Amino acid sequence: MNSIYLLPLSGVEKELTEALVRPLQKAFHAEIAGMNAAVDMQSFYDEQRHQYNSTEILRYMREHFSNNHLRSPTLSHSKAYLAIAAQDLFIPILTYVFGEAELDGDIAVVSYYRLQNERYGLPPDRTLLVERLQKEAIHELGHAFGLVHCQTQACVMHTSTYVEDIDLKGIPFCDVCLKILQRSKGRT
Amino acid sequence: MDKHEIGILVVDDELIVRESLTKWFREDGFRTDAAENAAAALRKLQSSCWDIILVDIKMPGMDGIELLQRIKELKNDIIVIIITAFASVDTAVKALKQGAYDYVTKPIDPDYLDHLISKALNERSLVRENIKLKDAVSELSEKDVIIGESPEMQRVIEMVKTVAPTDTTVMIRGESGTGKELIARAIHNQSQRKYFPIVTVNCGALTETLLESELFGHEKGAFTGAQYRRKGKVELADGGTLFLDEVGNISPKTQMDLLRVLETKQFMRVGGSEIIHSDFRVICATNCDLEAAVRDGRFREDLYYRLNVFSIPLPPLRARRGDIAKLAHYFLEQYSKAMGKPRHGFTAEAMHALKAYDWPGNVRELENAIERAMVVSDGPVIDKQHLPVQTVLPATADGKRLEDVERRHIERILHETGWNISRSASILDIDRVTLYHKIEKFGLKRHQ
Repeated sequence: MNSIYLLPLSGVEKELTEALVRPLQKAFHAEIAGMNAAVDMQSFYDEQRHQYNSTEILRYMREHFSNNHLRSPTLSHSKAYLAIAAQDLFIPILTYVFGEAELDGDIAVVSYYRLQNERYGLPPDRTLLVERLQKEAIHELGHAFGLVHCQTQACVMHTSTYVEDIDLKGIPFCDVCLKILQRSKGRT
Repeated sequence: MDKHEIGILVVDDELIVRESLTKWFREDGFRTDAAENAAAALRKLQSSCWDIILVDIKMPGMDGIELLQRIKELKNDIIVIIITAFASVDTAVKALKQGAYDYVTKPIDPDYLDHLISKALNERSLVRENIKLKDAVSELSEKDVIIGESPEMQRVIEMVKTVAPTDTTVMIRGESGTGKELIARAIHNQSQRKYFPIVTVNCGALTETLLESELFGHEKGAFTGAQYRRKGKVELADGGTLFLDEVGNISPKTQMDLLRVLETKQFMRVGGSEIIHSDFRVICATNCDLEAAVRDGRFREDLYYRLNVFSIPLPPLRARRGDIAKLAHYFLEQYSKAMGKPRHGFTAEAMHALKAYDWPGNVRELENAIERAMVVSDGPVIDKQHLPVQTVLPATADGKRLEDVERRHIERILHETGWNISRSASILDIDRVTLYHKIEKFGLKRHQ
């Protein structure tokens, strides 16, 4: 059995973290556990952009939690870490990201800042926000498990650069991604 | 093309930019790598194949613009996207002038980058498809082969090679069946206009009003029966070649209209008032004595000079007998394939007859004779008996006098009866003595 550790960063609603447990269990056939770590978000803050650097968050996670160096192709039990952020994330070359992951690594971060309807001048929609967060959490962890973007529109690994793109895709993996995932280092 | 087959190279002196972009593209399934400066990029360009290169404009040493020039010199079809720290119109224009596909400003909107990459790849796949189609067109057009090793035809082939790349108006002259349209197509296919159509107008086959409508098109209701607007051949030939066959047969009014359109490349549809532009090259053909027609006032002198810029005279087949065997074998092979009847060649007698005949209908008549022989033959080779009767008779001067006709007729009957004088005389309804006199008079001899 694999394990996924959820790391809610400062300001993240408990209810949203809990909403991820079942879908992640189902998607990765994994044991889900919560983590309590005091992470100083200020160290990731960029004053010029007023955003948080997701690459730096991943770097912090790699230094503190990652067990990547222990993994081998035959290892049947492995761990992955997902940080959840309430803040707006960026990587230096792009204006924003919904999340970031270490491709074929074991760490990922997802933010629900830009998944909220109110950021686009629309009335808040809690159900939609939860659904979007679940999709993006699975998407980023999919990258951490070695999956790249998928051409199938309905697949959760389909690329989404606009929030509307997230709504168009589904929560499950397509058959092709599922097979790749199952072969991926015996992790699911 | 699968995404993992597409290579994207990121060239930027900032490590974080290289890391972020390569990771972004890797997640998208692309093959990706990065270079920290222009020199490293050029090394990677030599060692691997790249489809898209993202180049930072400001780098120590060789800058992005210079690198762009070097990339384009080495591999012109690589898509280069320039990355700038801030949108500078001057820099962007400079980059685009040097052949950059587009530019993006830091930080890049992920959605914009996504669309830009998709758009660039789609456009490139269209360009490649276009090249493939052009190759296919060239391959197809090469099927119009000119057969001829005789000095006369070699001269024609040289003239075609000389005039084809220019946009000069060509006049092809020759008897009916000498292959004037084939030569026109050869000129078109070797010209810059080969990817546009060659539109043929058979001027001799249409009445004045029909030819006018055929050439210039017509508007709805222009005349009885004109229920729809129709584009004319001049308009359809836009970008390509207009081939005017039997140009000597057009009426004085159409000659005037044609002269105007050749001079201005503008015209109006019949019944219309809109001026239409068309860019086309003119090739025309005739078997008439145009000079005589000009002298008699049947053909406008100004149009004659406009059309007769570069003249290619096509020799009749009888003037290049050396090509008959090769042409005959070529047609035999073509019809063998088309009819699914393998034929390996001709008997010596059949070939002798083919070479001896005058071929008044030229190459077209030869082709028809071979087609007929293919139909009637059932063995592996074409024999004399499979050829049309007139072709197996000895070569004679082509004449239309009654005496020539009489001679040919007697010769044919003698051939059919195997020179049985009594039977021939009976068929001709003359007595044997008269027939002997005629044979002597015309100098007819039995061929073994």
